[in-house]
Amino acid sequence: MISAWSRSDGRKGIRNVVAVAYLVECAHHVARRIVDKSDDPDIQLIGFPGCYPNSYADKVMKAIATHPNVGGLVIISLGCESFNREGLAAAVAASGRPVETLVIQQNGGTASTIAAGLAAVARVKAIADAGPRIPMAPSELVIGTICGGSDGTSGITANPAVGRAFDRFVAEGATCIFEETGELVGCEAIMSDRAITFELGAELIASVEKAERYYTILGFGSFAPGNAEGGLTTQEEKSMGAYSKSGSSPISGIVKPGDVPPSPGLYMLDVVPDGEPRFGFPNISDNAEIVELIACGAHINLFTTGRGSVVGSAISPIIKICANPETARRLADDMDINAGRILEGAATIEEVGTEIYERTLAVAAGERSVSEELGHQEFILTYKSFEPVGPACLPRKQAA
Amino acid sequence: MTAILLHPNDNILVVTAAIAPGDPVPIDGVAVIVPMAVQVGHKIARRALSLGDTVIKYGAPIGSMTAPAAAGDHVHLHNMKSDYIASHMRDTLERRSES
Repeated sequence: MISAWSRSDGRKGIRNVVAVAYLVECAHHVARRIVDKSDDPDIQLIGFPGCYPNSYADKVMKAIATHPNVGGLVIISLGCESFNREGLAAAVAASGRPVETLVIQQNGGTASTIAAGLAAVARVKAIADAGPRIPMAPSELVIGTICGGSDGTSGITANPAVGRAFDRFVAEGATCIFEETGELVGCEAIMSDRAITFELGAELIASVEKAERYYTILGFGSFAPGNAEGGLTTQEEKSMGAYSKSGSSPISGIVKPGDVPPSPGLYMLDVVPDGEPRFGFPNISDNAEIVELIACGAHINLFTTGRGSVVGSAISPIIKICANPETARRLADDMDINAGRILEGAATIEEVGTEIYERTLAVAAGERSVSEELGHQEFILTYKSFEPVGPACLPRKQAA
Repeated sequence: MTAILLHPNDNILVVTAAIAPGDPVPIDGVAVIVPMAVQVGHKIARRALSLGDTVIKYGAPIGSMTAPAAAGDHVHLHNMKSDYIASHMRDTLERRSES
């Protein structure tokens, strides 16, 4: 059993983070100073850089601020930006969490807001730390997965091993989320066969076709130069490898950023905006995808890498699984698990899958992941636009 | 084992330990000389491939040949392409603006 933090919406947290959120880039420096001076791994920086309003950013910020791993929020506003700070504060207060708002223009500027922010963080943290604890079963976990810096080893070691761990978690009643429809281009037909309904299968195909259209208009696939240096030649080759992270369980539904899966099972997160391309690339870096997985309620994210990503995340721990044995040696201090041993015949996919499963439970129980220990708390949120998911995308509510 | 077959229908193998030019690599039980250096995670041809052939990995199509390859040859950006979206490298923007 995991000793979790109990939240008023019934969800349970495996961390108790006090988030400091800047609502426009102009407030970033002040918020960062407050977090740096606090010097506490559980006081973390999040934020949105834009001055224009965006309902996606509003939804994701609210979802993150009321995420089960978050115990309280301090809002840092410049004062003239569009972000609805009152709405964000109200949502956090309604969730039963402590929240304080500081407006730089009303607080005497940089130095005095930093000082006031440090005091606000201390007050919020004292309330958050006194929050109730409750036992949590592994089946109550929401687990995301992402790959970054993929190479030709990712799809034959780390990704299928995560798939095995996902199969086990789904079988035990947990909720698992995989994503990046742009990295599922070429897999749409085989993926749709795993949908629990015919209609969901059609929605899965439509979401990948949307991603292909979107990336084609932008002129670049979800494919980085390092992918090619690591032996991957095409988008569809990368996709086949990435897809294996999803395991072999039936697919229960499709969610979009900020939607929390309504019941346990395996879900695909559709990260590609709806409508004509307006704000640029769907996800400008891996971290943007991680933030969206967290906005869907992920307590922990399993990150596979071949070339050697070093990132972590604010709010939810990242567990790093290295696919390539050479990278695992070169960046040994950044990896939780070396799945490259599969390539060298030193472990099976099954064994590494079990290792990932056990490491996930240990991190859920409070052990710090490698990227947490190293202080990685990346966070990025940009502009997007989405329509709500259609009725075929979610499993029908079971009668009580 | 320096290259593995992921699926019986595949026409490429994935390299699991770096290959030096001239190294013999067993492909379907026959030692084939690989003429070039090939890094871990990269692909080599399981048999002779012709222009336009579909490249099969994991038992699924992953692109098409843009040039022929002999058994054992490195299969990558120089002789194959995506059937969906073109791949890009660090100098892609420069190359696009020159053309």
